[in-house]
Amino acid sequence: MSDRSSGNAESDKRYQLIDRSMKRFDYQKDALLEVLNTTQEAFGYLSEELLGYVSDQLNVPLSQVYGVATFYHMFTFDPLGDHNCIICTGTACHVKGSNLIVNALSEAFNIDEGQTTPDGVFSLKTARCLGSCGLAPVVVIDGDVTGKQTPETTLQRVREIIALSAETTQAEHTRSEVEA
Amino acid sequence: MDFSKLQELAQKERERQEQYKHRIFCCTSTACLSAGAGATHSMLEQSVAACECHEHEVEVVATGCMGLCSRGPLVRVETKDEPDVVYQRVSPEVALKIVAEHLPIPPDDKDDTADEEGDILPHDFPHFRASLRKAQEQKGLEQYVLSLDHPFFTKQVKVVLSEIGHVDPQSLEDYLAHGGYQALAHVLANMTPEDVCQTILKSGLRGRGGAGFPTGMKWNFGRLAVGDTKYMIVNGDEGDPGAYMDRTVMEDDPHRVLEGMIIAAYAIGASYGYLYVRGEYPIAIQRLQRAIRLARRRGILGSSVLGTNFSFDADVRIGAGAFVCGEETALINSVEGKRGMPRMRPPYPTTSGLWNAPTVINNVETVASVPPIINHGPEWYAAIGTEKSKGTKVFALAGQLRNTGLIEVPMGITLREIVYDIGEGVSEGHTFKAAQTGGPSGGCISADYLDTPVDYENLKKLGSIMGSGGLVIIDDTTSMPEFARFFMDFCVDESCGKCVPCRVGTVQIRALLDKLIAGQGELDDLDKLEKLCKFVSAASLCGLGQSAPNPVLSTLTYFRHEYEALIQNKTNQEAAAD
Repeated sequence: MSDRSSGNAESDKRYQLIDRSMKRFDYQKDALLEVLNTTQEAFGYLSEELLGYVSDQLNVPLSQVYGVATFYHMFTFDPLGDHNCIICTGTACHVKGSNLIVNALSEAFNIDEGQTTPDGVFSLKTARCLGSCGLAPVVVIDGDVTGKQTPETTLQRVREIIALSAETTQAEHTRSEVEA
Repeated sequence: MDFSKLQELAQKERERQEQYKHRIFCCTSTACLSAGAGATHSMLEQSVAACECHEHEVEVVATGCMGLCSRGPLVRVETKDEPDVVYQRVSPEVALKIVAEHLPIPPDDKDDTADEEGDILPHDFPHFRASLRKAQEQKGLEQYVLSLDHPFFTKQVKVVLSEIGHVDPQSLEDYLAHGGYQALAHVLANMTPEDVCQTILKSGLRGRGGAGFPTGMKWNFGRLAVGDTKYMIVNGDEGDPGAYMDRTVMEDDPHRVLEGMIIAAYAIGASYGYLYVRGEYPIAIQRLQRAIRLARRRGILGSSVLGTNFSFDADVRIGAGAFVCGEETALINSVEGKRGMPRMRPPYPTTSGLWNAPTVINNVETVASVPPIINHGPEWYAAIGTEKSKGTKVFALAGQLRNTGLIEVPMGITLREIVYDIGEGVSEGHTFKAAQTGGPSGGCISADYLDTPVDYENLKKLGSIMGSGGLVIIDDTTSMPEFARFFMDFCVDESCGKCVPCRVGTVQIRALLDKLIAGQGELDDLDKLEKLCKFVSAASLCGLGQSAPNPVLSTLTYFRHEYEALIQNKTNQEAAAD
């Protein structure tokens, strides 16, 4: 954490986004939540280094930054997998069987809700309510929201997306080998 | 800018709209988007472009929620001098049919392009035209027409949602053309802050966040509070799972929220305000931010609102996912950038709120009800509803029903009308079991009480609450003790941890429920459960803890036999083992 304001931070464009957000709020301490939101948007998660950076810049004790960050559900402290599936577990989705979808994916990938596969390919997450209750149960796969899902349809789409990107990577790999 | 200039803008926009023969409205709110409205909207735009109509033949408008989300994506075609037609389940193929039905398709020399393989390129007009002709031949559009005489539409009274699905949420001009900011102009020109408070008090409007405190009274407290700076906060932290009323209003009619907020600010004498919105609602955040930008540019926000000497500005604050932030003092802490933990009350926020200044916090639906009350008068509003609960309430109707979506009904409507007329009952082969209102803070109401008129008092009497407007219908496939545990899981997770009754009590309640559901329960566990629930309810600091036991208590009242059956099963098994 000692290098948090070093060249590493200056060269990374994403730090500029955080700086801009802090500037917008005049480096006021009450901007903490907004700044953490921007930070997570830029980096995808809040690492210890990032929390330290925010703490330094806003002059808020790291303990307080950590306390605020861990209080709210939307902040995550580990990077997400290459692909992710968020399953809505709101009341409407619950009564329409969203827990069956969670179980199916959890079993298929051998991870719990909130975890990422060891190879970093897939993360399984749940959400409180996505507000599409009329189309329950709702899942979000790589940012695409779809309603009226079943364990089968969700699992199939997740597998397709993972297989597709594996193919692309494989193809790129082969191409670069041929070129070499 | 004074209001006459805005009226000119409104007039210009109205004239522009009236020129069109057809206006095609495609719902692009979150629910329809998750049913594929994005593809539908772009297909409408591209195939309309391919028709190469005259300048004022047709316009495609991306609009907000039309209500019947379970049949989405929804598209409405407004044709001059003809009744509107609403289409349901509009896939891109159906969108082609709609365009072919309403617009003339220009002829092409060659007409075989539609048979070619592969996707159509965006500007390949002949290809689109060929597809349109094909769609025209196929017919079968009738099955997608939604009858507007259906009780789903006729039983509703739209006050808050009146413009949603008609107005383009991204356009200030369109909002003005629909009579927007008229209420604000009237208030600033003709009413004193006291008048405004009196008008709202007379209308009988009560807080739509769930507690139902009279809004006019709250504003009066704010107005009379002593302080150089006062704040107005709009609570858009809709944390109740299974509810999306506020999201829809913020996404689909953001200027309405802003207008209500500015009127409230004028009434209490606030100079700055915050719209606190859930981080899970990115579209709502983006549209409110845009609305604020446009309003500032036109002098609706800023140092001289509509050319008067009243000054007010507002900003959006993004929440990060904490149910307890719906509680007003927790929300204040969150706006201040702290952990969202509730404060002791009194002092109430109207005396000492944000940065210890007098602060009024209203729910999104509450402030969105204000402009129509000003426009039509408090008597008009008070004529809707029951004796103590005036006006309308927006519900997110969800669960095991045929029709689910967003509805606005007059207070006093019965649950039966909502479930069987608007919702068309539960799916075939199943029976209605309970209506859950108020989310994790509310309760389950059994079939015996379906004829109860829905208002604040009656729902409270039944052990539930009005809540913010989540209404989830459950059929016989759901076990009530498990459903109660679902909510208790939620409350355990969401308890902020500040006070012991809530932090420890919810965990203990859940442990008892786990034990019962696992078939390990004893008969006196039900008494223990009840006692514990009452204790948590009485001793917790804030609304979250005080209401957390409601789902358990209400299911214990109306579905005790299901709990007893769990214990009976265990006793039977033991007897069999002996």
